[in-house]
Amino acid sequence: MHFEYKVEGGDFTLAGYASSQIKKTLKQLGVDPAVIKRVVVALYEAEVNIVAHAYRGVINADIQPGGITLILVDEGPGIPDVEMAMKKGFSTASPQVREMGFGAGMGLPNISENADSLSIETEVGSGTTLTIVINFK
Amino acid sequence: MNIKHSTYHRALEITENICIGCSHCIKVCPTEALRVFGGKAGIHADWCIDCGECYRVCPTRAIRVMDDDFNKIFDYKHRVLLVPSVFFAQFSESVPRESIYNIIGELGFTEVCAVEQSVDSLIDEINEYVKIEEKPVISSFCPAVIRLIQVRFPSLVDHIMKLLPPIEITAQYYKKRFERDGISDNDYGIFYLTPCIGKIAAVKSPVGGYTSPIHGVLNMDYFYNKVYLAYKQRIPITKTIIINSELSSKGVLFPTTGGESSHIKGKTLAIDGMKNVIDFLEMLENEEIKNVDFLEIRACDESCAGGILSHRNRFLTADSLRSIASKIPDTHNLVDKYKNYCSAVVHMDKIEPRSMVKYDRDIEIAIKKMENARELKLMFPGIDCGACGAPSCEALAEDVVRGQADINACIFLRTIFEKRGEITIKEAIKIMEEIWGKERFDKND
Repeated sequence: MHFEYKVEGGDFTLAGYASSQIKKTLKQLGVDPAVIKRVVVALYEAEVNIVAHAYRGVINADIQPGGITLILVDEGPGIPDVEMAMKKGFSTASPQVREMGFGAGMGLPNISENADSLSIETEVGSGTTLTIVINFK
Repeated sequence: MNIKHSTYHRALEITENICIGCSHCIKVCPTEALRVFGGKAGIHADWCIDCGECYRVCPTRAIRVMDDDFNKIFDYKHRVLLVPSVFFAQFSESVPRESIYNIIGELGFTEVCAVEQSVDSLIDEINEYVKIEEKPVISSFCPAVIRLIQVRFPSLVDHIMKLLPPIEITAQYYKKRFERDGISDNDYGIFYLTPCIGKIAAVKSPVGGYTSPIHGVLNMDYFYNKVYLAYKQRIPITKTIIINSELSSKGVLFPTTGGESSHIKGKTLAIDGMKNVIDFLEMLENEEIKNVDFLEIRACDESCAGGILSHRNRFLTADSLRSIASKIPDTHNLVDKYKNYCSAVVHMDKIEPRSMVKYDRDIEIAIKKMENARELKLMFPGIDCGACGAPSCEALAEDVVRGQADINACIFLRTIFEKRGEITIKEAIKIMEEIWGKERFDKND
């Protein structure tokens, strides 16, 4: 089962919409609440990353009996140093973003912790694609 | 539609011969547990959380509260009524408290006690609890909120405080006192006057591996009328009643919004009203809420002052409570006695989630059914008119794939099918009559 959501850069008001919708779907499918929690946390972080850093993006979610695959494709500045970005506490977020309670440098590490697999493809000046896989069992 | 036309539930039921099938209730149910079929509303019992939102909007009082028969009190020699502070706030301040107590005695009770007597000790217990448990701790006070979390927010059940609400602690206190005085179990009956439906369910089928010592639950709205009528008619007082009215200002205010959270150390929030509660729990579940220690969450707007069995305007009731609280000290004579035994009885077990199977327990089948429901939903008009007997187009789509409704139940699709000649007008009318009842359309005489 496939879902697609569009994300606009800079629109924090709507950040979290995709994760809320996916959460609702997984609950209705009777997925284990502990797994749903991991999906929601990972997706929410990734969604906020697009809002905070990119110009726009698309979230594709594919739900199969065995698990969920989330592919987040954004048009944005890309990540110059992925290794650095994976470190807890490292952040390039602007002061404005931090004031809103985001940008603590926990985004990518948090996604990684909650995902069964995470892959990052990024090109500086063009954008980033995140592929998150979380198994239901 | 063929959901089991269940009119039974723990705390409320629909009286079929009074229900006019107006569909007001199906729109307000936070778990979409209601449907109209055959001109009557039916409850999906597994999904009902006993919040009473349906009761609030029912124009014909067809939703009956499953309270206990008042005469049940006379099965016992010692008849105790546990009265919540919100009961006294139902009356105008010109009605003397003493008259109310005397009338309660005259109506048959031998003893009356203030429910919130245990609050002072409970607050200390909560503060200890919040120190060590996973944050945020969600108060266990409101039974409708507990049930909402069990059904709609199962991932949050571990946040619900594993401490009993004040009513149960107070009930335990009086049970212990009777035991201490050597009064036999069969001789005393403890009754609770409830301002809401949820608390009936909470006493009859408690959560957290607990059994309530309360023998019966009385409807506050019904009892208020009984007492006020007696007051108006100036019935002669011939009996005496033992009054255990010890209560602090904290106790009086505990059932109002903020009455609990304001005494808990750390960062706390008080949220009331079903819509606000759902919005907030969604955010909490998404982990968007951080650094909060304690959450007071109540299903009714203005908390128990807005309880569905509170007849008086919620703002006036809350104001009366504040006024009562302003005239009494912030401690009472029994606080130490409660403290001595509170920590021994206050704990309960973990609360289990209550799964709401929407499609199927097998995820493969569930995904297929959900895909079908999504396709169906696109065919429906998306205006959630309710003319099919379900609260929304989405709910109808789910009912169809569950085999509990027919696609023809949608009045828009039916009209299109008629135009195409796929069904006759006669068939279309028959479907309408099946959902809304035949009599509704007999208006020719």
